[in-house]
Order: sequence, then structure tokens, then C-alpha cells
Amino acid sequence: MGAWLALRHFPGKRLFTVFIYTGMGMPPVVAGLIVYLMLSRSGPLGGLGWLFTLKAMVVAQVIIATPLIVGVTMGAVLAVDPLLGPQLRTLGATRRQAELAILAEARVGVIVGLVAGFGSVISEVGAVMLVGGNIDGRTRVMTTAIVLETRKGNFDLALALGIILLALSFIANFVMALGQGRLVERT
Amino acid sequence: MSAASYQITNVTKTYAARTVLDIPALAVEPGDILAVVGPSGAGKSTLLRLLALLEEVSTGEVSFHLGERRVTYASASTADRRQLAMVFQRPALLSRSVRANVAYGLRLRGDRDGRDRVDAVLERVSLTTLAEARPRTLSGGELQRVAVARALVLEPRVLLLDEPTANLDPANVRLIEKLVREQHSRYGTTIVLVTHNIFQARRLATSVALLLEGRLVECAPTEAFFNAPQDPRTADFISGDLVY
Repeated sequence: MGAWLALRHFPGKRLFTVFIYTGMGMPPVVAGLIVYLMLSRSGPLGGLGWLFTLKAMVVAQVIIATPLIVGVTMGAVLAVDPLLGPQLRTLGATRRQAELAILAEARVGVIVGLVAGFGSVISEVGAVMLVGGNIDGRTRVMTTAIVLETRKGNFDLALALGIILLALSFIANFVMALGQGRLVERT
Repeated sequence: MSAASYQITNVTKTYAARTVLDIPALAVEPGDILAVVGPSGAGKSTLLRLLALLEEVSTGEVSFHLGERRVTYASASTADRRQLAMVFQRPALLSRSVRANVAYGLRLRGDRDGRDRVDAVLERVSLTTLAEARPRTLSGGELQRVAVARALVLEPRVLLLDEPTANLDPANVRLIEKLVREQHSRYGTTIVLVTHNIFQARRLATSVALLLEGRLVECAPTEAFFNAPQDPRTADFISGDLVY
């Protein structure tokens, strides 16, 4: 979607881009509030009965992470030399083949976008607490558990959870960095 | 494989209400080397982009003739487009090895065993030792030679060159001119060369066209163009005191 935004022109593109950038800077808890209001009993999507379920949390996380990934991907694709596309076309690339090549040139930026999206999702606490409800065994995640345990005064447990979360984040980023390193090496 | 040609009829090209090109008629004959000369902003590059089927005309028609087949921007298939290749003034390469860049067009055509052809063309552009190098480590002249190589390796029936030697040192200019001449005599390639350098036009071209402010002033065989220009503006341009 970021690549598509960067490569194609359509009416309203500028406005859409502004929305994406706004989304990148939106406080997650506001996203949570919106999802909460939509899914609540009296909200327009209340019939789904998703509030305080995992589904509601996924919806909120997608809303938080998508603009980030799209925005960073778009920036990376726009940073590729604009002359490249036409030049590849005159070597016989179809429009699609040229776009794939441009996306491949922007791969490092695309990975950065994914890492940023992942980071925002695992560290998110406000929105998931709002829409998930922090229900033990159902919608409690590590971040919300940390909040709860800290409030209860169980600092040891909270700290331990924090360390595990940090370790998970480290492992995920490390794996991505490995893959990225392999890609960067080739450039 | 017969050479390809172009017929331009009543073509205009307009960007944001500004007409940058207005050519009633111009033919590029099969096997010709046509040099398009003129000051910058004369519409030379725009003309080349139209010939490359990269852009559509605003009015009129650019028809691309491949033997009996005649196509335009709208009707050209991928196979038709693959009969031409273009080299730009400033090359944009993929951030892969020199060899991968040269092989790119062949790979698009499904040519998996083009290694020999890639090697041969790298030899011709004196880049054999840099085959595995990354473009960002190359000099301007080397980059342009990669760009020339990736076009030549395709053995296109039409080769379009947009100021291919602007900003290059004399040694690179000589090498690239030699490659163009070679390609023409080996394959009978039809070549359209855009240049602001009239000496280069004289060295390479079989015919020359002068563009001024988007209009075709004169198009004639090279000898006639330089020795007996029909239009006073051509004479001015050749002698270097063109008013623009």
C-alpha cells in the first residue's frame, strides 16, 4: 500500500497522504478510544460483540501500526531515484516489473517500516487496555499485566515481565536485523 | 531482422498548457543515425521520450514501424517495446552488481543463459574487471558505460541516446561513440541521438535535425545539414551564433 501510494497518482492522493501521516502520529490511546466507541454496545459496530475480546485488540493494533508501516514504506519508495522507473521501462520492463524493481531498491526502508510497526504493537498498552479490558487469561497481554502488577505493588513480577518483553523485542529485532544485514550486504 | 523506423505526423506535446513540441512531420529511416540537435529546452528529450513510447503524444501520431508492423504508444505490446532501448543522460542503476545491471534486460526477456553476451558486452565497455562491483563505487564515466552496456546487450532494433556523453571526459566520449558506431555497423541498428554537441552529431550521424523551441527547423543528411543548410537559423546554429 505504501509502494502503491508512492508510485501511482490518483485524485485525493495528497489528502490521503496527510491522513496517513496523521495516523503515524496518532496517540495509540486515541485509536483505542475510537475502536472502543465503534465496538461498544451502542456503537455502530456494537452488534459484532467484539468489545473486550482479542479481536478488538487486533483491530486497534492494526489501526495503530498500519499508518506507520505505510508511511515509512512510502518514504522509502519515494527515496528511490525517480529516473529509475522510466529507464527500466526502456530496457523492456513492464510497468509491474519496473515497480517490483523499485520496491526491491527500497527494501531496507520497507524492513525499517515493519520493525517500527512491530515495535509500536508490542509496546502498546493504552489502546489494548481500553478495548480488551485486561481480562485475565483472555485479553491480558504483557504490557497491561505490567501496569496491573505495578499498581498492585508486585514490582518484582512487573519488572520480570518487563524484562521478558524487552527480550522478546530484542529477539524479534535481532532476527530482522539479520535478514536486513543480508539484504544490505548485497547492495 | 530488419531495422525499425519511425514516422512522426502532426505531433504536439503539451505539459500543463505549455506546448513543448510541435512537429508536423519527421521520419526516422531504417538504419539511420539521426542526431537531434538544438539548445537546451528545445524539446529534444521530450521527442526522445515519445520515440521511446514512454509518453503519449498530446495530438498527432508517433508510429513505430517494425517491418510490416506499425504500432503507437497505445497499441505497442511489451514485445514491441522490447525492440527498443534507451540510454539517458544521467544513468539510474539498480543497487546490484554491474553484471546484474547489464543482465537486467535479458532477464526480463527470459534469457537465462545470456552470460556470454553479458561478458562480451562488458569486455566491449572495458568493465570486465568491475563486473562484480556495486554501482555506488563507480565513477560517472563507468556508470554511463554500464548504462550503455545494458542497452547494447539487448541488441535492440532501435537505440535511443539522450545526451549519452554529456559531462563525460574525452576518453569516455570516444569509447561511447565507438560503441555506437560499432552497434550500427554490426546490427544495422536505427539510432536516434540527442545531443547539444554539433561536433558529435557531425561525427556520428547520417542525418541531423535541428529543433528550436519545440519546432523542427531543418532535417537533412549530415553533409547537406552542415555544408548547405537551407534555413538561416541552421547556419547560425552551426556557426555558433544562434540567437535564443
